[in-house]
Amino acid sequence: MPASSGDATERRLGIVGAGKVGTTIVRAAMAGGYDVALSGSGSAERIALIVDVLAPGARAVTTDEVVQFASLIVVAVPMHRFRELPRDRFAGKILVDAMNYWEEIDGIDEELAAATGGTSRVVQERFSTARVVKSLNHLGYYDFDNGRRPRGAPGRIALAAAGDDRAAVAAVMQLIDRLGFDAVDAGALEAGRALEPDGPVFGIAHSADELSDLLWSEASSA
Amino acid sequence: MTTQDVEFGLDSFVAITVDESGEELSGDVVIRNTVEEAVLADAVGIDSFNVAEHYRPDMMDSAGHVILAAIAGRTERIRLGTAVTVLSSQDPVRVYTQFATLDAVSNGRAQLIVGRGSLIESFPLFGYDLADYEELFEEKLELLTRLLRQQPVTWSGKFRSPLVNQYLSPPLPEGHLPTWVGVGGSPQSVIRAARFGLPLMLAVIGGPPGRFAPLAELYRRALEKYGHPQLKIGMHSHGYVARTDQEAVDIQWPHWADIFEKAAAERGWARPTMDRFQAEVSDGSLYLGSPETVATKIAWVIRLLGLSRFDLAYATGRMPHEQKMATIELYGREVIPRVRELLAESAPEPASASLLGAATHAGV
Repeated sequence: MPASSGDATERRLGIVGAGKVGTTIVRAAMAGGYDVALSGSGSAERIALIVDVLAPGARAVTTDEVVQFASLIVVAVPMHRFRELPRDRFAGKILVDAMNYWEEIDGIDEELAAATGGTSRVVQERFSTARVVKSLNHLGYYDFDNGRRPRGAPGRIALAAAGDDRAAVAAVMQLIDRLGFDAVDAGALEAGRALEPDGPVFGIAHSADELSDLLWSEASSA
Repeated sequence: MTTQDVEFGLDSFVAITVDESGEELSGDVVIRNTVEEAVLADAVGIDSFNVAEHYRPDMMDSAGHVILAAIAGRTERIRLGTAVTVLSSQDPVRVYTQFATLDAVSNGRAQLIVGRGSLIESFPLFGYDLADYEELFEEKLELLTRLLRQQPVTWSGKFRSPLVNQYLSPPLPEGHLPTWVGVGGSPQSVIRAARFGLPLMLAVIGGPPGRFAPLAELYRRALEKYGHPQLKIGMHSHGYVARTDQEAVDIQWPHWADIFEKAAAERGWARPTMDRFQAEVSDGSLYLGSPETVATKIAWVIRLLGLSRFDLAYATGRMPHEQKMATIELYGREVIPRVRELLAESAPEPASASLLGAATHAGV
């Protein structure tokens, strides 16, 4: 495919959240050829040193600028803080929900604790104009540094993506591949429950076949 | 850095243990056993003994300063500290008075690691709102730092009553009560430690230790940015030392598996496997095996990250007191001298130069 402005846009990634998860995904994304813009809470200056040391080459910006920059945006803020982001901030954007709800860390959040359709459903309801895909949440963050492999390499780890907007899921699966992982389609957004901390695949590295099997048996028993 | 500068500590959660028949001991017995463990640590030449802070049914470390004071009365040399004090839900005035007093009764051996806390059970217990997580720690660290550095203090903030020309007793002699900031991997926490000009303690739960190299670099760069001299970096990790590698696995594995079996039952996590346990020993952050195996790994991580302090959270889970005593003996008498020997074998690399590169390119 010839290089085009479309391709350049496609290789842009925005990340909201400059913590350990966000900064680690930035490194994997840059290794995968992405132009990455990263924001924390507040000014760009506040994360300039973090970006300079942990993710040199990425753009340290505000969240508004992340939204202007990319159509594919990973949200990796602490789950108990996602409501600080305005509801319409991600209108029309593909929003990768990389967050996990941990009662021991986030405290008791009644809406999230009662989310029978999964926490990403709550995120979708909050950002109703965004195209939410649950992904990048079910491995340890350091796997983005140590676990990435070229396509076809033996032992390549798999990451799943779940979402109702199938074009958005396809885009996230392409992102996963470029980050250095095999992509597995986990189905609709509610099926993303299987990727949560109390789900069957959380925290363990699996191949694409293993991950598909686990997700399939979870879906069959649900 | 010379090898003599590296400090070797032990960290305890005062976890409920079983006896050799598998019966759980009561909390008071566990606390007295922990005092005995620290007394042995002193006798075998370990540099510090540090107690954590939790409010959970399986851990008896809710008032570590009292345990440390009891240890102070039975020991001469070992430093006595926390790992970590959950400062977010403490009153810095109390922390000061308790630990300045510990410093007095121990003849200058008190030290602190303060952190936000990775678990949040202390927030509801003491009436704090988790929504204030960041702001609480920032404010309390600011007040504690001022109390430690120069009194009287005039201060006002959001979470406690103001202080006006306040002196606290007992006074601390210059340079006493060294206070580190414990971080779990958050870059902003690393920058905060540098901003306050306090040494950094990396609290590692698991996974490959190389991933902390970029954070060590971030800390060094942030110290420069804020105009502070370079300060010490330490690391806390779990482990167990036995006579042989196999014996260490045989003793630790059932207790490690027990913890993850419970998590699997309660939270739906994957069940523990020997493969994952062994992977954590070989590539991760479990310092487990014979004295030679553990010493080699500790020396490696000290070099990799440019550490000045290594704290071993000795034994995971409900392991009996007697087996903890055995590992303390080996850590003090064999592991630490061997690490010092290994570090002396070649000059350490200059700090920071190649650390980031080493970590980000390795294994990718």
